[in-house]
Amino acid sequence: MGEKLLMKGNEVIAEAALRAGCRHYFGYPITPQTEIAHYMARRMPQVGGVFMQAESEVAAINMVYGAAAAGKRVMTSSSSPGISLKQEGISYAVGARLPAVVVNIMRAGPGLGGIQPAQGDYFQAVKGGGHGDYKLITLAPSSVQELYEMTVEAFNLADKYRGVVMILGDGMLGQMMEVVQFRDEEPISEPAKPWAATGTGMKREHNTITSIHLDPSVLEHWNDERQNQYRVIEEMEQRFELYNTDGADVILVAYGSVARIARNVIKAAEREGIRLGLLRPITLWPFPTHAFEHVMPQAKAFLVLEMSAGQMLEDVRLTVEGRRPVFFHGRMGGMIPTVKDIMREVHEIIGTREE
Amino acid sequence: MAVVAQRPHALRDIPLHYCPGCTHGISHRLVAEVLDELGIEGETIGISPVGCSYNNYDYFNCDMVQAAHGRAPAVATGVKRSLPDSVVFTYQGDGDLAAIGTAEIVHAAARGENITVVFINNTIYGMTSGQMAPTTLISQVTTTSPYGRNAKDHGNPIRICEMLATLQGPAYIERVSLHDIKHIRQAKKALTKAFRLQREKRGFTLVEMLSTCPTNWGLDPVESMNRVKNEVIPYYPLGVFVDCEKEG
Amino acid sequence: MAKVTFFRERCKNCGLCISVCPKKIILADRESLNAKGYHPAHVLQMEKCIGCGFCATICPDCVITVEK
Repeated sequence: MGEKLLMKGNEVIAEAALRAGCRHYFGYPITPQTEIAHYMARRMPQVGGVFMQAESEVAAINMVYGAAAAGKRVMTSSSSPGISLKQEGISYAVGARLPAVVVNIMRAGPGLGGIQPAQGDYFQAVKGGGHGDYKLITLAPSSVQELYEMTVEAFNLADKYRGVVMILGDGMLGQMMEVVQFRDEEPISEPAKPWAATGTGMKREHNTITSIHLDPSVLEHWNDERQNQYRVIEEMEQRFELYNTDGADVILVAYGSVARIARNVIKAAEREGIRLGLLRPITLWPFPTHAFEHVMPQAKAFLVLEMSAGQMLEDVRLTVEGRRPVFFHGRMGGMIPTVKDIMREVHEIIGTREE
Repeated sequence: MAVVAQRPHALRDIPLHYCPGCTHGISHRLVAEVLDELGIEGETIGISPVGCSYNNYDYFNCDMVQAAHGRAPAVATGVKRSLPDSVVFTYQGDGDLAAIGTAEIVHAAARGENITVVFINNTIYGMTSGQMAPTTLISQVTTTSPYGRNAKDHGNPIRICEMLATLQGPAYIERVSLHDIKHIRQAKKALTKAFRLQREKRGFTLVEMLSTCPTNWGLDPVESMNRVKNEVIPYYPLGVFVDCEKEG
Repeated sequence: MAKVTFFRERCKNCGLCISVCPKKIILADRESLNAKGYHPAHVLQMEKCIGCGFCATICPDCVITVEK
């Protein structure tokens, strides 16, 4: 067993990236995730890696593009406004089939918004975010331990599918401290990258890293390949957690920090003899449709909880397809949903059923 | 008889898509000749811009990476920091470098990033058919300055070499021209020095090449060369603006 | 003696080589077109060529190989 440490979420992301073999990080300061850059600034020189604070998030994502083009494991992190700035670069990296990890520690929006935690970037993360048809595998950790495990997993997935993987956290997860149990050995699977731009050494044809194909038939074929790959990912890479869902009166659907609040709601409901369950998406894309199919037979109703106006809500409705009622409770602006408010929703849902 | 001039190895043997008489073809050949003569094609990675030369990743025999508009210096930074012993160059037009990419070029220069920038200044946006660029001269007519550029509405043309020369990071900055044989040979000397200094890890090097755009200038190739001599050079004087080997 | 060879199919008849040849021996071949539809440049009085390479230096399309 590796070390067991009490650490801040943001720093765990950085440490996990180093353990995953990432030796290149390009960032830019923005609350509430800047500790990731601080940590990288301290640690990268110690492990012979590169930390660079870019002149903007736009420059940072393009430096990531360069390092990935050179075949390196590379990461950047930011928070909502900064992630908006990186969308073009992310679309280019996807278009050039470059593996990279992008971390979004969400804050309230839109605009400069606030610095309190929120989940208002769900659509941006899972529906593609930038221009063109593409999806990012999007992982939603719900604890500091998961920040560690999922960051390592993100690098493996990025290389496995040669694409950009997003870690979608929020300010609460980034700023909180929890105990982390590190592994001695990390499950790193980094394939060879013969496609990378490393210099021909005059021994091979030159490699070109590009995302442009003026011939529409060529570009459509490229997109077809991506869509086929996405079908595979949607089948193979769904991750979720089901907790207490058998026979539950209402199944709460929540991810990230809000899933932690949902657990408290479940305990509060138990004290009142109400059985609630939790369906927790861990991959937001691919959306965990398998979880819904699994619980559907005895599910009675779903209550989606988000720190937004209801974005994952739409994917839940698309998946449930009207087979069960889907309710929603959300807070915005950086306000955190409370157990009390959610319990009032639960009573309304259960109340309406008994009339 | 010996061959005294031919296509350099670092330039692939395929047709270039550029318009007749466009000096992009010359600057591409010069870069390739320098890569051949310094024997560095195998360790070089070039960064293509967005603009007429967006696909010059097909034209060079070294590994190439295409960058988003204006972001080539950042992409080059990512590559160079990943492969410190490689040779990295960006090839950028004036729209790419002096408009959308000014932040990236200024900070790459200020960092003294150990890359070489081949900056093609033809005072116009070529690929998108003749729009005003930050380097468009006062009174020059373009598709977005149809009445001629005027400082009040459109601001003044930016002298990139002079601007970057005020920074501490650059090791070598020279502005050259491609409008005649003598100047093309001088351009090649400047380019050779820029790549040499990069290999000696001296820091940021940039060569600005005054170039033509016959199609969008509405001139034939020979007239275009004359325009560079008579109208462009007066506003963009040729010369060395930074030379780490001179400062001793 | 010197010799220049034109890669006919790559020539775009831009006229730059013609404008710099000190011997004024390069001209566009009015008799024929290349596949791109240009009258490619060529030399009729090869004996006058001094192998200075000016044409190849200014050619944007590597059309010209010079031997000397």
